Amino acid sequence: MEDEQSFSDICGGRLALQRRFYSPSCLEFCLSCPRITLRSLTAVTCTVWLAAYGLFTLCENTMILSAAIFITLLGLLGYLHFVKIDHETLLIIDSLGIQMTSSYASGKESTTFIEMGQVNDVVINEAIYMQKVIYYLCILLKDPVEPHGISQVVPLFQSAKPRLDCLIEVYRSCQDILAHQKATSTSPEGGDKIISASNRRSHSGMGAYWHRQEDKR
Amino acid sequence: MGLVSRGAAEAGRGAASAVDRPGPPDAVPNPTPTPPAEGADPGSSRPGMVLKAFFPTCCASADSGLLVGRWVPEQSSAVVLAVVHFPFIPIQVKELLAQVQQASQVGVTVLGTWCHRRQEPEESLGHFLEGLGAIFSHRPWFQLCRERGSKSWSCKATHWQGPASPAASGEDQVMLIFYDQRKVLLSQLHPPTALPDRQAGDTTASAGGLAAVFDTVARSEALFQSDRFDEGPVRLSHWQSEGMEASILVELAKWAAGPVCLFLACLLSLISAASACRVFKLWPLSFIWSKLSTCEQLRHRLEQLTLIFSTRKAESPAQLMRKANMLVSVLLDVALGLMLLSWLHRKDLIGQLADALIPVADRVAEELQHLLQWLMGAPAGLKMNRALDQVLGRFFLYHIHLWISYIHLMSPFIERILWHVGLSACLGLTVALSILSDIIALLTFHIYCFYVYGARLYCLKIHGLSSLWRLFRGKKWNVLRQRVDSCSYDLDQLFIGTLLFTILVFLLPTTALYYLVFTLLRLLVVAVQGLIHLLVDLINSLPLYSLGLRLCRPYRLAAGVKFRVLEHETGRPLRLLMQINPLPYSRVVHTYRLPTCGCHPKHSWGSLCRKLFFGELIYPWRQRGNKQD
Repeated sequence: MEDEQSFSDICGGRLALQRRFYSPSCLEFCLSCPRITLRSLTAVTCTVWLAAYGLFTLCENTMILSAAIFITLLGLLGYLHFVKIDHETLLIIDSLGIQMTSSYASGKESTTFIEMGQVNDVVINEAIYMQKVIYYLCILLKDPVEPHGISQVVPLFQSAKPRLDCLIEVYRSCQDILAHQKATSTSPEGGDKIISASNRRSHSGMGAYWHRQEDKR
Repeated sequence: MGLVSRGAAEAGRGAASAVDRPGPPDAVPNPTPTPPAEGADPGSSRPGMVLKAFFPTCCASADSGLLVGRWVPEQSSAVVLAVVHFPFIPIQVKELLAQVQQASQVGVTVLGTWCHRRQEPEESLGHFLEGLGAIFSHRPWFQLCRERGSKSWSCKATHWQGPASPAASGEDQVMLIFYDQRKVLLSQLHPPTALPDRQAGDTTASAGGLAAVFDTVARSEALFQSDRFDEGPVRLSHWQSEGMEASILVELAKWAAGPVCLFLACLLSLISAASACRVFKLWPLSFIWSKLSTCEQLRHRLEQLTLIFSTRKAESPAQLMRKANMLVSVLLDVALGLMLLSWLHRKDLIGQLADALIPVADRVAEELQHLLQWLMGAPAGLKMNRALDQVLGRFFLYHIHLWISYIHLMSPFIERILWHVGLSACLGLTVALSILSDIIALLTFHIYCFYVYGARLYCLKIHGLSSLWRLFRGKKWNVLRQRVDSCSYDLDQLFIGTLLFTILVFLLPTTALYYLVFTLLRLLVVAVQGLIHLLVDLINSLPLYSLGLRLCRPYRLAAGVKFRVLEHETGRPLRLLMQINPLPYSRVVHTYRLPTCGCHPKHSWGSLCRKLFFGELIYPWRQRGNKQD
């Protein structure tokens, strides 16, 4: 089962959220970032070549022009392969874990998988980013030493940076699966976690938690 | 582990015993404790849960039979290792599994049945398969089924309490996860690096479910020994069932490695014994050895070679990687050195270098003389103290004259020396670079001497000035309390102190200028030597074998796994493909770096500037065992 919705990111660009529902325990979200536009590409190329031509009129050396062409080509390839992310995917599998994949414009994919045993919770956090205050979705990892503590915060969708409405969609579905996983978990601490969820405000890094409180309203 | 071990620990009893403790409400209490083979453990899975079955891709096209593998109750997952085909005798299957269990310490049991058929099953086959569940008691009992030529799979996992009460059986949902058995067998998981405020031991606790899968497959080598050409009673299907593959060259190398290692180890021990003999420990020689970076590099290489050719087997995969990295590093070093040698000889560069060396040394000395003449005049328009200027200038000029004479004395022997030095490049490029660094140090020895003279003079002057400045203000330095105290001086003490202070202050610009000039020259030489050492360190410590392995066999070094959801139809079980996520190159270099001599600058920029200001001597790198000058 697949459906697609359109949202916007914090700068106003268009994002497309594709949700694939494979089974009650497996869900995939694919967030596509705005593509590279012809206008920006032309602008950068023209700037580089104009600068090279200016240098050429000063130095009278044709190597500068060839170098400018090489730099433009290599720069574009490097940008597509290492910088420009095409879409980001979040795959949640109940009782296995959460996987985040970033696909670059050149086709390269970079994947991280976090096992369910290490996941404490998935929350929406606030952060100060440049001159804005934004919301972001993150995974809280368990502390191996302290069972109810948090050792690390892993932010999701860092390149796409969707707005709160998109994040709420993803957050709701994640929480459904996590609740189902905790309810059927084999460890006896599973029950305790649901009770102590409201005690976790003290662990907030910065800003408020969008948590069970929202569901209770 | 499971409920059993936690219960036993709670009760404080070491041996496993029947425990009835109030655990989670819907857990089935385990009446009889089971041995570490996690064959039958009904307490850990509850109805309504999703069970995971890790299935090897090589068995997806195998004929029908029994599933053999390991059940991990903590993750409620079953790792299928092989398929036993019909016909078989259950006693022989159990014997084989007991043998494998003993050899590999992995709890291998029969997990269920596998059915690969053409169309819908006949009723009799269905009952036959269920009957097998009664013979090999394992809970939950898996029944995987696949239609030939299509992608539709079906899985059932049943818990039944026995044929007497079939109504009590519950079915669970099963999630199929395919994995490539050969890749998982050969790969090595690298857990994520521990946070800096945690100890290293904590990370192993969170290693979790997938590490258990990797561990199971890696340790079950005994199961994969028999292939379908064996005449044994039991026919198995796994990744090696088409026959073991091996390379003749690899087998020959392994067979020859024993005697070769022994011979080379003896040779190396002879060399180490010879170099450790008492003659070399006498004072002048030991001092020279400790200063030359060539000796350090040779000793480092000798240590590495001893480690590589030692006859003890490597205990852990990390040690094996380290040995392999060292071997590749030494081979590359020697190859680069031989290339350098052939290049030098082809162009007859040694002769040209020898001819050019004396004029270059002369040129350097001439430039230094010009510099000193400039300093003795009015450098940069500054007015120097004439007398001190002349003294210092003539002192340094005389040194340069000595140095030039020494170089001219050596000139007939230069070519021979350089030729032998060039030969040493076949020991490796790093040795050649170290020799180059040492030659630079020897040729610029006079600059080093000038720097030491200038620094000592300046240091004395600064200490004198600070002490007399305190006297000028009526204070003195209390050595006992390590602080400045006030003090009452006599008149004649004050008079002489102030006089000396004035003299030193007016002589300061001259000394400071000489110190500045020679320090800059020395820093230049140190920078050049530092670059060479950096290059040598790079060649020494880069783990080339690991990088090559990451490039050509990325599944061997795994950072983790990644999953892909395969085609899914409603009503069919969820199928995932588990692939290995290779380690990024930066982590490969970070994890497998070879230890180097450790000749790194120990100062921060702040302490360096402080030392320069106060005229203390700088030793940019300290080699092991060096003492303060």
